[in-house]
Amino acid sequence: MYSAKVMDHFTNPRNVGEMPDADGIGTEGNPVCGDVMKIYIKVSDDKITDAKFQTFGCGAAIAVSSMVTEMVKGLTLDEALKITKASLAEALDGLPPQKMHCSNLGADALHKAIEDYKVKQGK
Amino acid sequence: MKTIYLDHVATNPLHPEVLEAMLPYFRELYGNPLSIYEPGLKAREAIEKARESTAALINAKPKEIIFTASGAEANNFALKGIAYANQNKGKHIIVSKIEHHSVLNTARFLEKSGFAVTYLPVDKYGLINPEDVEKALTKETILISIIHASPEIGAIEPIVEISRIAKQKGLILHTDAVASVGNIPVDVQALGVDLLSFTAHQFYGPKGAAALYVREGGRIVPLIYGGIQEGGRRAGTENVPAIVGMGKAAELAKRDLQKRMDRVKVLRDKLITNALKTEKVLLTGPPEKRLPGHASFVVEYIEGEAMLLLLAAKGIYSASGSACSSKALKASPVLISIGIPAHLAQGSVVFTLGEETTEEDINYFNETFPQIISRLRGISPYAKGWEGMEGSSCTVQK
Ligand code: FES
Repeated sequence: MYSAKVMDHFTNPRNVGEMPDADGIGTEGNPVCGDVMKIYIKVSDDKITDAKFQTFGCGAAIAVSSMVTEMVKGLTLDEALKITKASLAEALDGLPPQKMHCSNLGADALHKAIEDYKVKQGK
Repeated sequence: MKTIYLDHVATNPLHPEVLEAMLPYFRELYGNPLSIYEPGLKAREAIEKARESTAALINAKPKEIIFTASGAEANNFALKGIAYANQNKGKHIIVSKIEHHSVLNTARFLEKSGFAVTYLPVDKYGLINPEDVEKALTKETILISIIHASPEIGAIEPIVEISRIAKQKGLILHTDAVASVGNIPVDVQALGVDLLSFTAHQFYGPKGAAALYVREGGRIVPLIYGGIQEGGRRAGTENVPAIVGMGKAAELAKRDLQKRMDRVKVLRDKLITNALKTEKVLLTGPPEKRLPGHASFVVEYIEGEAMLLLLAAKGIYSASGSACSSKALKASPVLISIGIPAHLAQGSVVFTLGEETTEEDINYFNETFPQIISRLRGISPYAKGWEGMEGSSCTVQK
């Protein structure tokens, strides 16, 4: 039911773990089934230099987390804010319809992490 | 890669002897059992022989067996057929909250058609208290339908005690025994039930063959009208090969039941003992009163579908009642009914062993399962506890 890319990111997730010195942290709970995704970002000069995640959720949610942390590295904050659930799902070669909300989780957690960074910077 | 099938509650492989018995009825013995020439007569004979061994498996009389196409059909038939046959006596039905969808959704349909339904609660092990049945009775009650064994948590319900109550009050008792027939001894006389649903693919028979036992003299309104098949109670040209397969599978199940039970129980116990060694893994359902091949858990801090996928990647096939693993994204109502909070229900996994499960399989499983748990916990933000979980995200208990 999952694309090869989803299975790859799920079975070999990139960027797993806590980031103690993160510049921004975004946590998003899934209103549909009660799962949680936590995204950590490191920022310098308005660019995301590193990202990590921790996720409690299904295979798609883990793959989405892995993908979003890969995608944002090297992006400016404005570019990263343009990542949506659709672009995430597309990067994973699609998600089954009932799993589209899991990619929502990834986009929202990322946006929250960026917001958190901005608040901490006083911006 | 070697695969280990631990989802016997979903379905079972076809027994080779069952396939052998079925094959002629796909080939030369294709006659319609209603035809009066040789091939038809042969087919009729085969169905009646299958009816005998199917009846014998549950200690019923052959004429008390109505073949259906699935356990779900048998359950629909039992509830609707009894409700409509008895609606002049009353319009109240009692079921439990942990029934299969084919009972629950039929009960809901009957509610919409003017019947009242009581959904009985279960305790933390998933067991029904017979006193609750008694308390739920009204003057209008006509039917009690309680599952015999839960496919999700393995609980075996106290049908004998419930049947005493039903008898005392002159009520009809149905049990959905889909998960139990072929896995534990099921005797309709000893259980004291009036109707019982069971299906062949739970005991190494084919899919597409199942049966409803209706005690002799019991009145039931058909679901399917048409010809005189199954005594006019279930019309439609019989699925002869499948019915023959069910008969053969029943014969084997009767012969081998004790051996099968003893074997899987030893392996199952080994699996449970090992699984519980990992921290924060809890058994769901009763420790004792459960199906012999059935092990079900909730694993804290991680989600069931993710577990299933990683297990499948290691060749192990299993099931989960987590919200994420269900198409409707709802946690299993059974887990909710036994009081498991939504965030724990997310960690549901169910392993069901069968005849072909070997000790080697279980050793491999026992090695693999803890690795997969720790791998997923390594990804989880809650690996060290549920801090911050309450209130934030487990508010969704639908
Ligand atoms: S996180 Fe629940 S379905 Fe993906």
